[in-house]
Amino acid sequence: MSVSPWVDAWRRFKRHRLAYWSLWLLGALVLAVLIGPIFYKVGINDIDFKARLAGPSVLHPLGTDDLGRDLLARVLYGGRISLAVGLAAMLMAITVGVLIGALAGISRGWVDTALMWLTDLFLSLPQLPLLLLLIFLFREPLKQAFGLEVGIFILIVVVIGGFRWMPVARLVRAQFFSLREKEFVEAARALGASTTRQVVRHILPNSLGPVIVAATIDVAAAIIAESTLSFLGLGFPPDIPTWGRILYDGRDYMDIAAHWALFPGIAIFLTVLTINFIGDGLRDALDPRRVL
Amino acid sequence: MFNYILRRVLIALPSLLGISAILYGVLALAPGDPFEELAQNPNVPPEVRLALRAQFGLDDPIWQRYFHWLVNMMRGDWGFSFVSRIDVDTLIMQRLPVTIAVIGMAQLLALLVAIPVGVLAAVKPYSWFDRIASSVAFIGFSLPTFFTGVLFILFFSIYLGWLPFVYRADLSETGFAWWVAQFKQSIMPITVLGLFQAASMMRYVRSSVLDVIRLDYVTTARSKGLAESVVINKHVVRNALIPVVTLVALQMPAVFGGAIVTEQIFRIPGIGSLLIDAILRNDTPVIMAVTFVFSTLVIVFNLIADILYGWLDPRISYS
Repeated sequence: MSVSPWVDAWRRFKRHRLAYWSLWLLGALVLAVLIGPIFYKVGINDIDFKARLAGPSVLHPLGTDDLGRDLLARVLYGGRISLAVGLAAMLMAITVGVLIGALAGISRGWVDTALMWLTDLFLSLPQLPLLLLLIFLFREPLKQAFGLEVGIFILIVVVIGGFRWMPVARLVRAQFFSLREKEFVEAARALGASTTRQVVRHILPNSLGPVIVAATIDVAAAIIAESTLSFLGLGFPPDIPTWGRILYDGRDYMDIAAHWALFPGIAIFLTVLTINFIGDGLRDALDPRRVL
Repeated sequence: MFNYILRRVLIALPSLLGISAILYGVLALAPGDPFEELAQNPNVPPEVRLALRAQFGLDDPIWQRYFHWLVNMMRGDWGFSFVSRIDVDTLIMQRLPVTIAVIGMAQLLALLVAIPVGVLAAVKPYSWFDRIASSVAFIGFSLPTFFTGVLFILFFSIYLGWLPFVYRADLSETGFAWWVAQFKQSIMPITVLGLFQAASMMRYVRSSVLDVIRLDYVTTARSKGLAESVVINKHVVRNALIPVVTLVALQMPAVFGGAIVTEQIFRIPGIGSLLIDAILRNDTPVIMAVTFVFSTLVIVFNLIADILYGWLDPRISYS
């Protein structure tokens, strides 16, 4: 009976079979991307002239591209970038979302009205065109300020994160509205807890469940957004092989070297699918209403 | 009803103004100069460049420039494309119908797939049909449109050789053959976009029907002895689809994003591919105008959804 809520949630999570197996598959993917390059010592820019556009073989497990560069090495390297972008953009979106949602939920009145108007405005912005516009405008200055890779990384993370906070803000605000009227918060208030203490100790921890679910889904959305940008030729520069970029480069050779576009696409698909399933499992596990 | 529509329009207008202000602000805050290209061009003397700057009012304060731009946009003077050498509004009007047609057909396809599948899945929740449909939907929205597009081209154009993978606006066929060719080249883009939409829409329909089917009035309808098909079609689906209207409208920004990608993959000459071309060629007036058109379309679709919602749901008061 005295099981901690986290153990309880883990039990319910395991009952969602697809989510459970997705966790293992995603774990394997992340592990491969993180430690794979330590064991698989082929450089991403090593050129093998004898095997250009070659299909999968023992020497090159995922084949090679038009310059004879090894695709496995490039896909592993690209995975690091895609996952890093996904996680960083998620953190950005969640931070902004929780801050705005909490601020609106606790202050109500005109602050709430103004913040929700802003949220609705952001929700009705056409995201991809604006993403493209921002990247077009700010790419060069950031490249000069922080260097090529870091500049583009910051830009993409901030821009993707800046367009994903709205659902979280709404979620947190709704949670705050219902939680601040609950008895345990009222009790804390009656005991003389300050607003900050009510929020940090009582309301925020209890509104964490839906935020965790949203955070999971946001990682997948950010990975798709980054790949989309790269696929449109407006993400990372060509010499940095992200999954979207490899797919974009390989698309022109689909008739003679289909593997080139297929493998990075499968990598994106598997990552996004497993993250989405895990999010679904977490929703079942963390939903306090526990509909099963 | 008229008051309700008027109020909705009055709410939509500030949003449009807000978006235009954000757009203009972003452009004004961005470092770089639209006349930078001219500065690097040795054939243009500096005096001409400065005169051009003054002529376009680039040295005025920002609010004045914004106001000036806004007035021009409303008068239909959208500027001049640096690359294509024609007016931006002419360029966009050439491209817009294709985009609207592709998005419209894709939405139609999505509705035709999502509503029946979602309703069937919800009528028997956790049955084998529901499990398969839900899993396929999950796979559907985990597959980014650019990857599905590539897979479709690989299978239908390259492996089977059935469908062309480049969309051509100037088909040489006439009469009936034109329709056949048009149909063949439209199948893949519309399916790619439509199925992606259908996947998330199906989940909305399913959960919405599940919410309604438990309500008391449905039990009443059943106990009156109505046939199950009548209960589902006339009592459940009608009410369940009301919230779906809003959710579909909220999806519009994502739809336009998908349309840009689809247009790029299949080389459809719509405003999405116009935007990408303009960005790759630094054609600022076109970029601004297309982004603004996309924003306007999103707001217009939200407005339509709001009005539809009020019309469909009599519980909403018009006063």
